[in-house]
Amino acid sequence: MPATRRIASALLAASLLTVGLAACGSGEEDTTNGSGQSTDKQITVYSGRNEQLIKPLLDKFTEQTGIAVNARFANTAQLAAQLVEEGDKSPADVFLAQDAGALGTVAKQGMFSTLPEATTAKVPATYRAGNGQWVGVSARARVLAYNPDLVSADQLPASVFDLTGPAWKGKVGVAPTNASFQAFVTAIRVQHDDAKAEEFLRGLKANDPQIRDGNGKILEDVLNGATPVGLINHYYLGEVAKEQGTTPDALKAKLHFFPGGDTGALVNVAGVGVLKRAADNPDVQKFVDFLLGTEAQTYFAEQTYEYPVIEGVPGPAFVPALADLAVPQIDLNDLDTLDATVAMIKNSGLVP
Amino acid sequence: MAPRPTLLVASTAAVAVALIPLAYLAVRTAEAGWDRIAAELWTERVGLLALRSIGLAAVVTMACVLLGVGTAFLVTRTDLPGRRVFAVLAALPLAVPTYIAAFAWVSALPRLEGFWPAALVLTLCSYPYVLLPVAAALRGADPAQEEVSRSLGRSGWQTFTAVTLRQIRPATAAGALLVALYVLSDFGAVSILRADTFTRAIFVAFDLGFDRTGALVLSSVLVALTVLLLAGETATRRRGARYARLGGARRPVSRLSLGPARWPVMAVLIGLAGLALGVPAVSLGRRLAAGVSRPGALPEVLAAAGNSLTVSLAGAALTMLLALPLGLLTARAPGPLTSLLDRLAYLAHALPGVVIGLSLIFFGINVAFPLYQTRWLLALAYATLFLPLAVGAVAGAAAQSPAGLEEVARSLGRGPWTVLRTVTLPLTLPGIGAGAALVFLTGMKELPATLLLRPTGMDTLATELWTSTAVGAYAAAAPYAALLVAISALPTWWLVARSGLLDKEERA
Repeated sequence: MPATRRIASALLAASLLTVGLAACGSGEEDTTNGSGQSTDKQITVYSGRNEQLIKPLLDKFTEQTGIAVNARFANTAQLAAQLVEEGDKSPADVFLAQDAGALGTVAKQGMFSTLPEATTAKVPATYRAGNGQWVGVSARARVLAYNPDLVSADQLPASVFDLTGPAWKGKVGVAPTNASFQAFVTAIRVQHDDAKAEEFLRGLKANDPQIRDGNGKILEDVLNGATPVGLINHYYLGEVAKEQGTTPDALKAKLHFFPGGDTGALVNVAGVGVLKRAADNPDVQKFVDFLLGTEAQTYFAEQTYEYPVIEGVPGPAFVPALADLAVPQIDLNDLDTLDATVAMIKNSGLVP
Repeated sequence: MAPRPTLLVASTAAVAVALIPLAYLAVRTAEAGWDRIAAELWTERVGLLALRSIGLAAVVTMACVLLGVGTAFLVTRTDLPGRRVFAVLAALPLAVPTYIAAFAWVSALPRLEGFWPAALVLTLCSYPYVLLPVAAALRGADPAQEEVSRSLGRSGWQTFTAVTLRQIRPATAAGALLVALYVLSDFGAVSILRADTFTRAIFVAFDLGFDRTGALVLSSVLVALTVLLLAGETATRRRGARYARLGGARRPVSRLSLGPARWPVMAVLIGLAGLALGVPAVSLGRRLAAGVSRPGALPEVLAAAGNSLTVSLAGAALTMLLALPLGLLTARAPGPLTSLLDRLAYLAHALPGVVIGLSLIFFGINVAFPLYQTRWLLALAYATLFLPLAVGAVAGAAAQSPAGLEEVARSLGRGPWTVLRTVTLPLTLPGIGAGAALVFLTGMKELPATLLLRPTGMDTLATELWTSTAVGAYAAAAPYAALLVAISALPTWWLVARSGLLDKEERA
């Protein structure tokens, strides 16, 4: 290698090192909020809910209260694992999770403080922890998405258990690694028994389902006709419509709500828990109350297409009202036996 | 020669960093108790997963060796027209993260899933790991050996198999090992294409009810597989095989004339580039056109790019700092102890990012709390993950520069530190640069550990990309993906330039 090239390499390497080190030395993240103004009040939120969905709401909170939200976004399961790993030293004040199971896991480690009665009372008992350690902030319904070109409305199953029948062989999309699917399987165990859940999983596996990583992929397949039906949460239809610049009603896929209190129509929640270190932090309390206020609840209905959990806020336009759904009689607090469900799903062969 | 005891101590420190995840695994799995471990381990499922992971690693590695050595030979040793362009095109897939490539393929062919599609995507993304070192070795090898072989009556093909392949054997083996370890740890392609490997099972276990113990027990098996792989590679390695020229003017190699075969050869290379680069480009373009979600404002995109750059650069700097003594030791003082240290540095390389992430959370919380959720801990994670990439590059460069020069300097009365500063470092600098570029590039693409370890509120291009695709906002994701690939292309191009593939033709 000629000398000039070697010198050039040396300079490049040296400058790479310097830039890297200088960047690291720049130190503390500043505590500005979304709109750039400096505040001294700040809370740290671990958000298992997606940044695209939730960030505008957090910015609104900061605007109104002057309390900056230092938000950490990742998936709910990984953040729950992180919180448990961090233990008492966790810098988190609030855990905003996508499902009740994750909140239950962290609660079981004794990491949450008990929320004030005045806060939890805003939400029906069905959608919060019996011991007040977490509270739901929005509700999501399990549905069967279908493509009317491939399945007519009168062919739709009356029960989710019908999907293991020969008529549906190879036609059903499922996401067994998804927390919503697991909560639903736990719900079968609660509403019926373990045997029924095992039978369902075995039947599903034998029926050659279209296994996907997430609900979004399932819905995409239903939309483009690759899979006739799929088990998802209702709000995905709204997300896809938003991305395609249209309304949920104009999409090729329709939603089927299982009737008669069938387990397939389970309604689960996304919710929050407050870590022990923030038990007496008034700013954190303001944040939880904000999430249960009219403005945030309207945001959930209109922007993330979920059901509000407080009285007097209308739900998303493209689905029946929460009160009109034939929801199975299941206490979400009973969905905390995730270990047994996970073992069952593993044994069924639906996951690697 | 540098002072050996100092090198040894510094190398041990580097290896200690690489072993943090293993210490974590040991602590956490021991907590689970033997009954639980046995229940998780002795199942048909674990056996199947192991077979499938090994199978995938074997298939992808073989394919990468064929593609990598073949392409390297074509661009260095034949009269292929436009070979410098082809050299760059062949190396560029290194800039495409497997999760982007896999996503592109699934978008194009929705029913694509399973073992073979995953093998295809992983091969297309990873064969530059073989191409680059082999091309450099082919350029650096002494043509005299081949000429002797030809003059003794061996045919071109016999000379190629008997002499050339042997000359590039260490480079091929090093590249192949990196590919195999990468396949064992890959999450993006196997997850999107649903190939049920260990790494996918580990990620699924975390997602399935936060089954930390199950996931970590599976990770221990992955470490065991890595040990087997390293032992296998070590057993086939021949020591002391060095093919550097010692002094004398650089002489051009004789180029094989392709004749009319050059057209089909070019067609194959263009096809390869089309599959590895064209498919992701077209697919991302279509997603961008089809969606209406808006990307973040320009300042947000730039902030993410800046964060990606700084943490990857810091990661590369820290990794090189740790790799330098170990690389020099490997090249200059081979022996059982050096060999052991070198192999230990590879152990964490096959672990999935999420395990590295959790282990450094553990380390940050319990050992180095001031570092927790700072960029430094993220840089340390990159060092843990990518140390082998850097050690290999440094050792390779040091091995190519003759140790005799150092001995001469010592005999002239220079102290060991002076020799290190004035002789060894300048000679190994190209290797250091190449290693740094490779680590930087890999850090830019890293996702799972970055998600767990980044400072709260800090976004990188990879995390922004993840955030957008998770809610199906593909149009919003596209600029981040494009910027990620574009920035990664710069060090890739530099790696190609450094291997000498872009040099002007020498005349005989």
